[in-house]
Amino acid sequence: MERTIREGSRAYQHNLNGSQLEIGSLQLEARNVSLAFGGVRALERVSLEVRQGDVHALIGPNGAGKTSLLNCISGLYKPQAGQIVLHGPAGAGTAESLRPERGSTRSRDLAHERPSQIARLGVARSFQNIELFRHMSVVDNLLLGRHVHMRHRLWPALWYLGSARRQEIAHRGLVEEVIDLLELQAVRAAPVATLSYGAQKRVELGRALCMQPALLLLDEPIAGMNAEEKEDMTRAILDLSQLAGMSVVLVEHDMAVVMDISDRITVLDFGRVIADGTPSEIGRHQAVIDAYLGHQAI
Amino acid sequence: MTQATFPKLLAGLAERAGDRVALQEKRYGVWQPITWRRYYERVRDLAHGLAALGVQAGEVVAVLSDNRPEWLIAELAAQSLGACVVGIYPASVGDEVRHILTCGQVRVVVAEDQEQVDKLVGVWDEIGTLTTLIFSDPRGLERYRQPYLIEFCEVEARGRALAESRHGWLDGQIAAGRGDDIAVICATSGTTGRPKLAMLSHANLLAMGRSLMEMDPIGQDDRYVSFLPFAWIGEQMLAVACGMQAGFTTSFCEKAGTVRVDLREIGPNVLFSPPRVFQDLVSDVQVRLDEADAVKRAAFSWGHRVGEQVAERRMRGQPVGVGLRLLHRLADWVALRPVRDQLGLTRLRRCYTGGAPLGPDVFRFFHALGVNLKQIYGQTEICGIAVAHRDEQIRFSTVGAPIPGTELRIADDGEILLRSPAVFHGYYRNEEATEAAIDAQGWLHTGDAGYLDDGHLVVIDRVKDVIATPDGTRFSPAFIENKLKFSPYVEEAVVFAGAGNPEAGAGVGNPEAGAGVGNPEAGNPKARAGRPYITALLTIDAQTVGAWAERRHVGYTTYSDLAQKRAVYDLLAMEVGRANADLPEAVQVRRFVLLHKQLDPDDDEVTRTRKVRRGVIAERYASIIDALYRGTDEVMVPSVVTYQDGSKVERRIPLRLQSMEALKLTPARARRVAWSAR
Repeated sequence: MERTIREGSRAYQHNLNGSQLEIGSLQLEARNVSLAFGGVRALERVSLEVRQGDVHALIGPNGAGKTSLLNCISGLYKPQAGQIVLHGPAGAGTAESLRPERGSTRSRDLAHERPSQIARLGVARSFQNIELFRHMSVVDNLLLGRHVHMRHRLWPALWYLGSARRQEIAHRGLVEEVIDLLELQAVRAAPVATLSYGAQKRVELGRALCMQPALLLLDEPIAGMNAEEKEDMTRAILDLSQLAGMSVVLVEHDMAVVMDISDRITVLDFGRVIADGTPSEIGRHQAVIDAYLGHQAI
Repeated sequence: MTQATFPKLLAGLAERAGDRVALQEKRYGVWQPITWRRYYERVRDLAHGLAALGVQAGEVVAVLSDNRPEWLIAELAAQSLGACVVGIYPASVGDEVRHILTCGQVRVVVAEDQEQVDKLVGVWDEIGTLTTLIFSDPRGLERYRQPYLIEFCEVEARGRALAESRHGWLDGQIAAGRGDDIAVICATSGTTGRPKLAMLSHANLLAMGRSLMEMDPIGQDDRYVSFLPFAWIGEQMLAVACGMQAGFTTSFCEKAGTVRVDLREIGPNVLFSPPRVFQDLVSDVQVRLDEADAVKRAAFSWGHRVGEQVAERRMRGQPVGVGLRLLHRLADWVALRPVRDQLGLTRLRRCYTGGAPLGPDVFRFFHALGVNLKQIYGQTEICGIAVAHRDEQIRFSTVGAPIPGTELRIADDGEILLRSPAVFHGYYRNEEATEAAIDAQGWLHTGDAGYLDDGHLVVIDRVKDVIATPDGTRFSPAFIENKLKFSPYVEEAVVFAGAGNPEAGAGVGNPEAGAGVGNPEAGNPKARAGRPYITALLTIDAQTVGAWAERRHVGYTTYSDLAQKRAVYDLLAMEVGRANADLPEAVQVRRFVLLHKQLDPDDDEVTRTRKVRRGVIAERYASIIDALYRGTDEVMVPSVVTYQDGSKVERRIPLRLQSMEALKLTPARARRVAWSAR
């Protein structure tokens, strides 16, 4: 999404969406992914497709395999069988080509990549239980999200010279826009451990956004939040999807929110996909109602 | 009459002090300066742009925005064309926005962001005069397709292009500006009825600024933080009227939530805020000191006592002895200065409070701390300030003496009358109200009752708010309410006696001084029947009471739950008892209730500047007030809860009613230090 910004405008200068794919084109494909821990089959021949710009929700009862699937996508778990294919522009994943020309695409199987490599390919995530550096400030935690984009070497960085300084300023500029987007100004310099739960969740989303991800994985982003925090977070996710065109894969139990903001929903139960469709299709799906939603919920 | 106008002043500053910083705003975590030269350039660009949009002399441009450089740029650009601005409070919603736009027959609105644009889009089609909506922050507006929307910088760019073909045109427009052109329209606070639009000319505002600075000089190196709405006269008064005459730098905060941090970073030299802000500061100090360890508390307790002694002597004009002075220096170093520093007040030479009375205890607290806090009195119709404390002549019970150039007279019925070059031009298209406010001799009828005490003005209350108790004592509800509000646990207080009796008359009395003014026949005995004493409706301060509950291990869920705890009632009964100890028997609060919700401007219960709308409250909570006089222990109130999906559920919840009869405080318990909530 190229935008022209007039000089003096208060618009954000950085596009947080790191993907160069056209909206609506196929971005992520899981093909028959299976994962087992000993005798426990966490995922069994799970397939799903995520399209660029969609909010794609994964729902299902506890233990259905939602987080396991996210972990497979982000490389924390290695599935025993199947492929997870991320489509991206040709040449992605090397230092110079993080923002390459649009056009030809290149696909990578994430199932056998290291997590650090997957992060370089533009897959960012947040965790169900907050995983931040508790004693570092909000800004520092967010700057850490820029790590994959930092190019300067040790020596200039140590002395804050030329290119290191320029890059640092540019990175901080982007971080500040994320701070603004998530309304973290008042706590910018505070150690993360001193923040409320809701604010910590926002910092975690912020760190993922600072990567300028092509694909954002969110594990229960609004769990445990109060009504106002939920609204803010939901607004932020919708803005990212609708305005920046970012793809979001979301695990969430709050069905009202899921039904409201998702473009597509995949339902898991005991490691299997039992349904896949738009929110209205899912709401009417008998197997989903039996396994998860219950008859009162919708 | 001088023909000075704000655009002419700006042009002068751009030439004289072009490289000095006029405005700065924190963006991207950094203070971003705008010099006087750049400020003038942007004003010129926007003025050309506005002209291209058809803005003409005499027209009203509305601004609906938080404090940003764009607010002032829009103001000065409109004024350059001979037009004026009307500010709308950024927190205003539908009806209030509609009212001002309709009254002002506004065509062009300058709004800030998506939030404000949404409000305007919602009312756009209802107001026929509107043509253009300029927004300064495009984030979130990418998909808006309304044809009347245009971005601020786009208008500037068009203006810049137009300026090339219209060389010297704008200079002509600015030069044609006259001192008595209307510069700003301010909506009055509207504690009764809808806000009226008061027209203030360049000459009005400049005269007020000159008089204020004659009394309390402000220099070009002073720092000022602008965080209260520009729609309020107080903010226009310092940031614009004084700011452009003194040429100082105005700083804009990053966000509402960062005001305290930003205030501390800038360290302003001068500050003007309504009492609410100072009360919040005291509450904040109280909470933090109560959480501090015993050593710190002891140090502050001692330091504050020394500070109090010194302040007391200075205010009485007595000399401060060498010993006490040395002691004070030590106290300042160990206890007072660190607290001032935390509040961002170390550089502060003077700060003003006005708009509503501030409790003497809060006053004493700040003076002991070494903060030169002064009460001012004025209203929108006289550019915000007419009477003020002089340095070293601060008496808590008064609001001081008229500022230079201002005449003051008390009318026979006790009403305060003021006359000065700052008296406004009238209400916009409302001759009737104008005639009621300014008489033929140019006196402004303030509607406030007051009297002079040794040349210092004492303001009692709005003339129509003064009420009488059954035994005929006339008193000002505000006086009692302020006593109550001094408690850190009380957020708002509204007292009743013969309540709901607006025609109680203009007679007023001051219960403390015993000195009365005015009219002996007042009050309608029938309306008071069955209401033989004073009652109060209180809302608790969620922060301080919440912290107190945590310390006492009182569990609670919501605000309503907390407010109805037995223990919280006991706590508040002590607080009411303390306030009663300072009041004459006849006007002591006998029964009170803690409301299950906070008073909210969205519900019309308080104005945007947080003044209580007594009439609305008396009407809305009539059943509670009746119950207070019936003598029952409990009253059921309907409470509407709106869920996220928009559905509403009405529940009836019980509110306790507390009598004060059982509670008699010993004098020792009735006293309390200002800085602790324990």
